[in-house]
Amino acid sequence: MSAPAFTRGFDIESQDYERAGEASASIKQALRQLGIGADILRRVSVVAYEAEMNLVIHSLGGQLSIRVDPEGIVLTAEDRGPGISDIESAMRAGFSTADDRARDMGFGAGMGLPNMRRNADEFLIESRPGVGTRLEARFHLG
Amino acid sequence: MVIADLVRLLDAQVLCGQDRLDTPVVSACCSDLMSDVLAFVSEKTVLLTGLTNMHAVRTAEILDLKCLIFARGKVPGDDILARADELGLVVLCSRHTMFTSAGLLYAGGLRGAALPEDEGAPRAG
Repeated sequence: MSAPAFTRGFDIESQDYERAGEASASIKQALRQLGIGADILRRVSVVAYEAEMNLVIHSLGGQLSIRVDPEGIVLTAEDRGPGISDIESAMRAGFSTADDRARDMGFGAGMGLPNMRRNADEFLIESRPGVGTRLEARFHLG
Repeated sequence: MVIADLVRLLDAQVLCGQDRLDTPVVSACCSDLMSDVLAFVSEKTVLLTGLTNMHAVRTAEILDLKCLIFARGKVPGDDILARADELGLVVLCSRHTMFTSAGLLYAGGLRGAALPEDEGAPRAG
């Protein structure tokens, strides 16, 4: 299938649990309007939501953005720190450094990054402690 | 099985979506951890939870779930129910604990959602 080129970005505030998830819901709504199929729509939405929650829980703030072109969908989450010192551990299911507040919200179980990797067709993460983290999830269309 | 069957099995209170009780359900999931729910649930799954904040509804929205059941008589705030209604969700309140609610649903014929495939294995469609 083909979809028109489309980009959108959302600023995500650190610790803003009230609004957390709104950007992902907007992304889902926009992708649905673009005619993206149900399976890929759900996978992108799950990755967006987990990425958004990670920005809220762990980062000092950042941006969640989406780009759709005929080849595929690219979801990017980029933050302003604090960065991840041990990405290998962070990618392991069950590993978490989230606080009680995140757990009270139903997150921080150490499933976020593994969930993202499972749902994306390609998943890249790079991080520099003291600088920030950037993750990119790609989804193939067609 | 449809949502009306769950209402009967749990003697549940319908908090919103009274007109959508004929919606089919095929499986259930029971968790307060939304990341666990996001890991393996499909759209015809019912989410049974004790988490009454907006993220239960948000998770249902992301996964296109049709029914949320709050256990142990918990009732979420009006803003959360309004959002759930807007999304077309049916929200039920069970006076039983999560364990007993799950047991009643299982005894009534509802089964658990399938576990995720191993990492790298094909995804469920």
